[in-house]
Amino acid sequence: MADSDGRQIDSINHAADGDGKGHGIVRAKTEGKELTKEEKQRLRKEKKQHKKNKKDDKVPTEKEKEKEKPSVQAPSKPVTQSPTHKAAAPVPVSASASESLAAAEKPVKTKAELRAERRARQDSERTSKQGKKEGGQQSTTSKPKASPSELQPVVKRLPEHVQVDDPAALKKLAKKLERQQVPLRSDYGYKVSLFSHLHQYSRKNPPTQQISIPATVIHPSVVRLGLQYSQGIIAGSNARSVALLHAFKQVIQDYSTPPNEELSRDLVNKLSPYISFLSQCRPLSASMGNAIKYIKKEISNIPSQCKEEEAKGKLQECIDSYVNEKIILASEAISKYAIEKISNGDVILVYGCSSLVNHILCDAFEKQRKFRVIVVDSRPRLEGREALRRLVKKGIRCTYVLISALSYILPEVSKVFLGAHALLANGYVMSRVGTSQIALVAKAYNVPVLVCCETYKFCERVQTDSFVSNELDDPDDLIVTRNGKTHLENWQTVKSLGLLNLVYDVTPPDFVDLVITDLGMIPCTSVPVVLRVKNVDQ
Amino acid sequence: MELQAVLMAAGGGSRMMDLTYNTPKPLLPVGNRPLIWYPLNLLERVGFEEVIVITTKEVQKALSTDLRLKTDVKMKLDVVCIQEETDMGTADALRHIQQKIKTDILVVSCDLITDVALHEVVDLFRAHNATLSMLMSKVHEFTETVPGQKGKKKGGEQRDFVGVDVTGKRLLFMANEADLEEGLVLRKSIMRKHPRMLIKTGLLDAHLYCLKRSVVDFLVHNKSVTSIRGELVPYLVRKQFSKSLNSPNATEDSEKNQKQQDAHNNLELLSTGKDEPLLQLARERSCWNDHRGDMSEAYHGGKLRCYVHIMEEGMCYRVNTLAAYIEANRVAPKLFDDPSIHPTAVVTERSLVGSDSIIGPYCQILEKTSIKRSNVGTSTTIKEKVKIINSIIMNGVTIEEGCNIQGSVICNNAVIGRGADIKYCLVGSGQRVEPEAERTNEVIVGSDQLMEI
Repeated sequence: MADSDGRQIDSINHAADGDGKGHGIVRAKTEGKELTKEEKQRLRKEKKQHKKNKKDDKVPTEKEKEKEKPSVQAPSKPVTQSPTHKAAAPVPVSASASESLAAAEKPVKTKAELRAERRARQDSERTSKQGKKEGGQQSTTSKPKASPSELQPVVKRLPEHVQVDDPAALKKLAKKLERQQVPLRSDYGYKVSLFSHLHQYSRKNPPTQQISIPATVIHPSVVRLGLQYSQGIIAGSNARSVALLHAFKQVIQDYSTPPNEELSRDLVNKLSPYISFLSQCRPLSASMGNAIKYIKKEISNIPSQCKEEEAKGKLQECIDSYVNEKIILASEAISKYAIEKISNGDVILVYGCSSLVNHILCDAFEKQRKFRVIVVDSRPRLEGREALRRLVKKGIRCTYVLISALSYILPEVSKVFLGAHALLANGYVMSRVGTSQIALVAKAYNVPVLVCCETYKFCERVQTDSFVSNELDDPDDLIVTRNGKTHLENWQTVKSLGLLNLVYDVTPPDFVDLVITDLGMIPCTSVPVVLRVKNVDQ
Repeated sequence: MELQAVLMAAGGGSRMMDLTYNTPKPLLPVGNRPLIWYPLNLLERVGFEEVIVITTKEVQKALSTDLRLKTDVKMKLDVVCIQEETDMGTADALRHIQQKIKTDILVVSCDLITDVALHEVVDLFRAHNATLSMLMSKVHEFTETVPGQKGKKKGGEQRDFVGVDVTGKRLLFMANEADLEEGLVLRKSIMRKHPRMLIKTGLLDAHLYCLKRSVVDFLVHNKSVTSIRGELVPYLVRKQFSKSLNSPNATEDSEKNQKQQDAHNNLELLSTGKDEPLLQLARERSCWNDHRGDMSEAYHGGKLRCYVHIMEEGMCYRVNTLAAYIEANRVAPKLFDDPSIHPTAVVTERSLVGSDSIIGPYCQILEKTSIKRSNVGTSTTIKEKVKIINSIIMNGVTIEEGCNIQGSVICNNAVIGRGADIKYCLVGSGQRVEPEAERTNEVIVGSDQLMEI
């Protein structure tokens, strides 16, 4: 008990420093109801002291507090089992978080008033929360992207693309798209209830149906890009980012500042409808998101006295250097590190078609390493065939199996190389669906799993399961014709049948032995460190 | 700007001279609208704001005076006149307006009536960065009897052989029956790259092409190409698999073919000049391929690609023969919902106008007249006790009382005398049919027209 008390004191002190959320989870997980009450009292005392010291506007603090509460409550939710804890546990957490994060202060109030205020707030939040979640898993459906860096009191709202079952969010999206003159793409087919919060589009309804033919609102190269995304002509995290940057280069080329506007502000506004359009064609990937953030930052950093031509040239150079550094040189660096891990006589297993892993293997082959490759593939995309083609063209000896034969083939394998779509802040690897299976089975057979990922794909999101945020591909892709018969042709007429075509899944860090990045070879749990370093750098 | 629309309206209508000797083809009324209205309407519906119209002086005048064209068409029409006598081919016309062309173009023929979703054609052009994208449609059999036709014609038109790949989108082979003397010859290089090819013959070319800007520049350099459909399209389709395009070291070729090589290389240089390194990188990193089974990359590394969109359902007519004209008149009114009887037409109560007939503005239809399944044009006067079934009456026609007209086409300003009985005839422009005449299956044109042959 003494230990736990001590821990509690420590944790409260730490809370004061700013790790409120993380320790809140620990606290709620390990200690019971009694401690939280004690905590409550202590924190209330500390808060009052805090308020006495600082004096500021009341309103922003309240707003901040209210906003923070749902965001802070959510991470602790999957941990707390009983609903009663929800009210009790989050409050001290949020209180501690808010006291540590709050920059503004409330004017001094009486104890009773404060208590009443707090209770009212809790009630309103509880009701709003319950209204939000109808029929979805409480612990999984509303998961905000909580930032691990507590230095910013920025509240992350739920992104629109995981709130498809919320009519209010849909209406907001429709209004936003209408304002930007981007056509709204409608969902298709019956969605499996677990994933009803995600979009599901059909390839037969292209996003260009409602766009005028000489595309005027949206730049033609962006329309072309959107089409290529939705038809799968450009697929793969790296390819998508590079193509996006190429399209933006052309947009910048054709851009001319309207009178009385500044390039740094107007160009960013011009890019917003394009980004909305692209996310209608296919949800943006983490790498694309990072690229967009980079470009927006570069654009807004253009000094206002810079001439247009000069500014444009500078931006083009920025984009080129980004691609060069983060993609081309990064893949060279990764391949150098990875080759150290490939020894002669190795049997390497790869999954699907990762441009980076293919590059590594081709490089290793050129450097005269002797190894053979097993390519594992899965329906409906069957991307492994493309990987197989590239490796065999190079001259590497390959075997091709489907994922169902994985446990059969694994005893032969000495290492597994996997590519990643994104690396999440809690060390989870987001990659093509099936990757977590491969990692799991490889772990069972004690085969080392190495994930190769450039640092620009590191993402500040936190996810522990594949339901919360994913992508639903066209369900008609699953329909196959064998011997002239297409059994699933009329799947829509069968009311109890739903087709699910997931694109991504997350692999826990316990199954990944090493992550090879351009910064070096790091364990999976060091991803937040890299992210923090990147943020500080920028 | 993404695409510029070019409307080719200078054609003579050589296959239906009986109709077009007096009226230029773009102004022929179909469903009481001039033929040129249909492609213009298609372009306008899709979102074009400007069209370059290549046409003759007469049509240009009509474009500015005709009520229907002036009020309905809201786009800006940039009319380029060419002399009728010069006999310009479509490619020549493109060369003529080369200065105006700044981006990729969409070439439409003035005789196209269709309700296609144009984005299907343009999406192929955009997504695959194609050099050519065109529209084709399944040929519909014409069921109406054509006036002046002696017996059933057995597919007099030369067939087109169109070869597409497994997906049905990539155009691999295109040739007209007239060009194939001994038989259909397929190059081995094509078969190696696309072992499965579907060859279709029952397709109608809609003459709607999306072309890259570099093709126009190529036309400027190669003055020998005169027609888009006849020469340019088969050339581009063949060039997809030509060796000189795929291997970058084509310059090593012998000098005797230098000039030819230059011309061909021009196309290659013009189309590949823009392939930026980033685009190249994106394509390398993308895990997509348009074919499987061999070791080559997407598109077999070819820079020139031709695509076709084949319409399975929907309306697509090219009004270039009499049969097509009649069929189009039957079908076109369904494309828009105008009232079948124009408000300014005067129709007396005792006359019977069927629901599938349309009456144009300023018509006068007197009593006891029955009009079924027919189109009656502007300012036509139809006197009493006339029976019109299954016919097309153009503008300014006068039909005296007691006539019986069945399955015929009466052109502008014709006069049908009283009591005439006309079955399956074509009465030319301004002709008079004497009263009490009985004509069946004839083409009645003026004597000066007979010299046209």
